[in-house]
Amino acid sequence: MVRIVGVGLTPFGTTPERTGRDMFAEASDAAFADAGVPRTDAEALYYGNFMGALAEHQGHQGPLMAEAAGIQAPATRFETACASSGAAVRHAVQTLRNGEADLLLVGGAERMTNLGTDGATEALAIAADDLWEVRAGVTFPGAYALMANAYFDTYGGSREDLAHVAVKNHENALENEHAQYQQRIDVDTVLEAPTVSAPLGLYDSCPISDGASAIVLASDEYVAENDVDAPVSITGTGQGGDNLALHDREFLARSPAAEDAATEAYDDAGIGPDDVELAEVHDCFTIAEVLALESLGFYEPGEAIGAARRGETTATGDRPINLSGGLKAKGHPVGATGTAQIAELTQLLRGDHVNSDAVPDATVGLAHNAGGTVASAFVHVVEVAE
Amino acid sequence: MSDPDDSAGEAGYDEWIAALEDGEGYYLACPNGHGSLPPRRRCPHCSSGELTEQALPETGTIATFTETQVPIPSFADDAPYVVAIVDFGDVRLTGQLGEIDPAAVEIGQVVAPDIVERETTGEPLVAFRPV
Ligand SMILES: [Zn+2]
Repeated sequence: MVRIVGVGLTPFGTTPERTGRDMFAEASDAAFADAGVPRTDAEALYYGNFMGALAEHQGHQGPLMAEAAGIQAPATRFETACASSGAAVRHAVQTLRNGEADLLLVGGAERMTNLGTDGATEALAIAADDLWEVRAGVTFPGAYALMANAYFDTYGGSREDLAHVAVKNHENALENEHAQYQQRIDVDTVLEAPTVSAPLGLYDSCPISDGASAIVLASDEYVAENDVDAPVSITGTGQGGDNLALHDREFLARSPAAEDAATEAYDDAGIGPDDVELAEVHDCFTIAEVLALESLGFYEPGEAIGAARRGETTATGDRPINLSGGLKAKGHPVGATGTAQIAELTQLLRGDHVNSDAVPDATVGLAHNAGGTVASAFVHVVEVAE
Repeated sequence: MSDPDDSAGEAGYDEWIAALEDGEGYYLACPNGHGSLPPRRRCPHCSSGELTEQALPETGTIATFTETQVPIPSFADDAPYVVAIVDFGDVRLTGQLGEIDPAAVEIGQVVAPDIVERETTGEPLVAFRPV
């Protein structure tokens, strides 16, 4: 098994003056402090980042971030848009399972707010097909709005249904000190907010965020030899891919790359969707949470739109979704999101998360991390297992 | 940030834009009936390398759409605008809807493709108008 020995996050939010290297130094310090193992044992850094070349005029971030973390080891940057650190996690899991390493630092960082809203909107848009989507004026919210209208047309649903997703995720973030928005909202706040790209408004959208996250992963052998406390493990990994441009997909209201990633991760862990007790899913927009829940097999296509409204996915529901606040309220520094989801799940399952009381007996969690309009998808199963 | 040299052009895409502007739009078709857009050498659905140019149908139907209020900077003067994905049978195209009240747009509406000029930059823009 791949053991999670430590996790660390910066606060997510608006810190335009902070360099990526400083944020990643903070997150990795926190992860090694949590792990209680010497950072010099790390044999490599697997690091996710999307827009560093645009936001910081900084390519080749791997070695820079290994220095920032104080590890004496080679480093590689992974880029799959908003799923960049999800990709890093998957490759770290594979490396540890292959026996090619016993301790790895995995993480991600993104500096975005220094670009301003215009600059960040432009930088996010490059995750789409430049010739055939961006040149038609497709923005990142616009792409998900195209999916939302296709969903409404295919299955029904309303802006009010989506608003309940935002309200729930803000509620979950109230006590999370890492969250960008620790602020309660109601359905009317969401419905009355300015439109970004119809039907999605300001409160249907995740914020533009700065932040970093890091996790320390180890082999069973390392944990045993060093007598490390690591009650939570990654037991399943899966990846799916799809055509880059939305118009080239058969179904505009579904995300089959995430279905493929989930199927692979469930098989890998030897579980099914019914075994999952809590999940962190990629809610970059409210509709994205709906698509995620259906792709993961928690709901049939067309059924997840009402899940938050019915209370099934709230903190007191049958299967709480995004107890961290999700991308929507916790924030979405894109390259940091994949490992941040694993960090939150680890704490939720260990019982040392501010929202652990919502899932006191849970042993099985899942992370769903998506790039672009889900042309890249990564799913990881995280379990209390030693 | 600096942009690439626009004068280099985008081979394959530029010719496609010019053809649609002349009323001779096309798409790439594989023997299995999949459509796609250039430049490419392999079908994105079945990997076939036998791609031939087929005439783009004169009209298509709106598969989905959105009215965008917050644009990317290179569309600042165009906003608000309606983006639509239009279904032409074997292939779909993404572009902007013109000559229609945004409130009157519906999925399933029949539209015709054209090339217009992007207001903000003067670049060519794939557009649709109701028929
Ligand atoms: Zn084909």
